[in-house]
Amino acid sequence: MNVVVCAKQIPDPAEPGKLEADNTLDRSGKLILDESDSYGVEMALQLVDAAGGGEVTLVSMAPNGETGGLRTALAMGADKAILVSDDALSGAGALDTAKVLAAAIKRAEPDLVLAGTESSDGYTGTVPEQIAALLGVSSITFAKHIEIDGETVKVHRQTEAGYDEVETTLPAVVSVTAGVVEPRYPSFKGIMAAKSKPVEQLTLADLGIDPSTVGAAGAGQEIVSVEDAPEREAGEIIEDDGEGHARIVAFLENLKVI
Amino acid sequence: MALNRIWVYAEATDGTVAPTTLELLTKARELAGTVEAVYGGDASDIAGTLGEYGATKVYATGDLQGSLPGVPVSSALAKLITEGGEAPDLLLFGTTYEGRDVAARLSVALDRPVITNNTDIAVEGDDVVLTEPVFGGTKLVRTKFTTPGPNIALIRPKSFPAEPAGGGPAEVVTIEVPDYGTAKVTNRHVEETTGPKLDEADVVVSGGRGLGEAEKYQMIEELAKLLKGAPGASRAIVDAGWVPYSYQVGQTGKVVKPNVYIAAGISGATQHLVGMKGSKHIIAINKDPEAPIFSVADLGIVGDVHKVLPKLIEALQNR
Ligand SMILES: Cc1cc2nc3c(=O)[nH]c(=O)nc-3n(C[C@H](O)[C@H](O)[C@H](O)COP(=O)(O)OP(=O)(O)OC[C@H]3O[C@@H](n4cnc5c(N)ncnc54)[C@H](O)[C@@H]3O)c2cc1C
Repeated sequence: MNVVVCAKQIPDPAEPGKLEADNTLDRSGKLILDESDSYGVEMALQLVDAAGGGEVTLVSMAPNGETGGLRTALAMGADKAILVSDDALSGAGALDTAKVLAAAIKRAEPDLVLAGTESSDGYTGTVPEQIAALLGVSSITFAKHIEIDGETVKVHRQTEAGYDEVETTLPAVVSVTAGVVEPRYPSFKGIMAAKSKPVEQLTLADLGIDPSTVGAAGAGQEIVSVEDAPEREAGEIIEDDGEGHARIVAFLENLKVI
Repeated sequence: MALNRIWVYAEATDGTVAPTTLELLTKARELAGTVEAVYGGDASDIAGTLGEYGATKVYATGDLQGSLPGVPVSSALAKLITEGGEAPDLLLFGTTYEGRDVAARLSVALDRPVITNNTDIAVEGDDVVLTEPVFGGTKLVRTKFTTPGPNIALIRPKSFPAEPAGGGPAEVVTIEVPDYGTAKVTNRHVEETTGPKLDEADVVVSGGRGLGEAEKYQMIEELAKLLKGAPGASRAIVDAGWVPYSYQVGQTGKVVKPNVYIAAGISGATQHLVGMKGSKHIIAINKDPEAPIFSVADLGIVGDVHKVLPKLIEALQNR
């Protein structure tokens, strides 16, 4: 069983985010593996294991030939990676990203494609479903449990009220929620092995994609402005001297909540 | 691009239209002359409500026979738009499980971008401009479409008030579904909850990692019950398995805007703040005076949740 995992490499979310002059997110610093995608990587490793063999291929789109995040996922145990890096992709929207990833995924001929439900920096949340549509395959989003049964993938899909049991035929794209599985920490051996695992670097030309149809040129959208959001006014902060709860009661009484 | 016609993607459970749908219909009335709804399912029992909120028609697929809506609804809408004549200038979806699936597949079928996670939409001259909060809601990015319609936008729940316009029932127009897809729901599991829903409650009491252990979450539930509110949570304790995901407030959880929001043992990470900053009144209890949650609190108690909460619960019980 061959699984592709979409692995986004993003600026560290612990650092304050910055915008470029053209108002796109500053991605020039070191990029790390999006935590949302570490669940997909772990899930893929477990599914391939359960199937008794196969390969886990990472697919990523990132500027400047960045592989920092991919090495983390390779160190976890993924077999190889495909990285699409092209200056023309700056300013790409969700649909453009999906077009590029779908073209790269096709090369790996997977039985199953896993992705996070949304990235931690862009959180558009449409890319997995767009990839499925572009590949012409079935899809299930918001998986919190995945099982393969022959040619069928069975999923527990998060819903507003609880979860649904959903199944579909392979090949398929499944997006996984945070917390589906506990992502393993790369071992020292894994980190060493990752250094020599293959990372295929591709440009848009390699994928046969016309640069004018993706990236800022083809995004179909344009940032008009970026403004500071209005701040909330500061309130009253008091030290609990044993009577803090009484202040809360008074506050609620004043609002006639109680 | 002026807006003549807007389609709103409608969602409903057991004949009750989702609040998000009513919010979008209300806003759409302000932006365009013709507002219509689209629905993946049998619309006969929701046409009344949709009409009351301004939809003159609802294009409905009929029963989806257990299919996930992504493939059938997007294929039906794509067919309607490309072959059916009166295409909309704009389609509005809620940022919801189903909304995202249908919008994403439709964007591929129509080869149009989607702009997601918006909290506002406006027509400015010839442009349709969407507002999306980024960096935990500290900055607002305003984006316009540069392609001719139909364009697709996803709007966060609770972005607009829902107000009825008093129209008669929407006319139900059944549309053809070219492809039902192979993804089928075989079983549904509904978590039993009592009390008001998290995103509709007047009071929300949320707990975080500062509670120390899963058992202590009972204090949050007890307090919520006493205030006739709903219990919520930070992602830290959802990921830790203390409470189900449906309790999560924040960027990847629910957006809540209650009259009163109480955060107990929650640090106030930007991803949490973005989900509750719009609350009318915010009370925070945290032992760290530097906790970012205090920057949005109207009343902040610097103290131990294990001391403050039991006394607060007792005081409310004794009233
Ligand atoms: C892409 C992404 C999406 C995310 N989405 C969400 C989301 O939707 N919702 C969300 O909540 N988070 C989200 N997060 C996680 C977020 O960044 C924080 O990690 C999370 O909100 C922290 O939860 P917490 O405040 O409970 O825990 P912590 O940050 O660990 O804070 C615990 C707090 O409790 C206080 N405390 C400890 N003991 C006590 C005590 N005895 N009495 C009083 N106070 C005490 C501490 O001072 C501390 O401030 C997201 C993160 C990412 C990267």
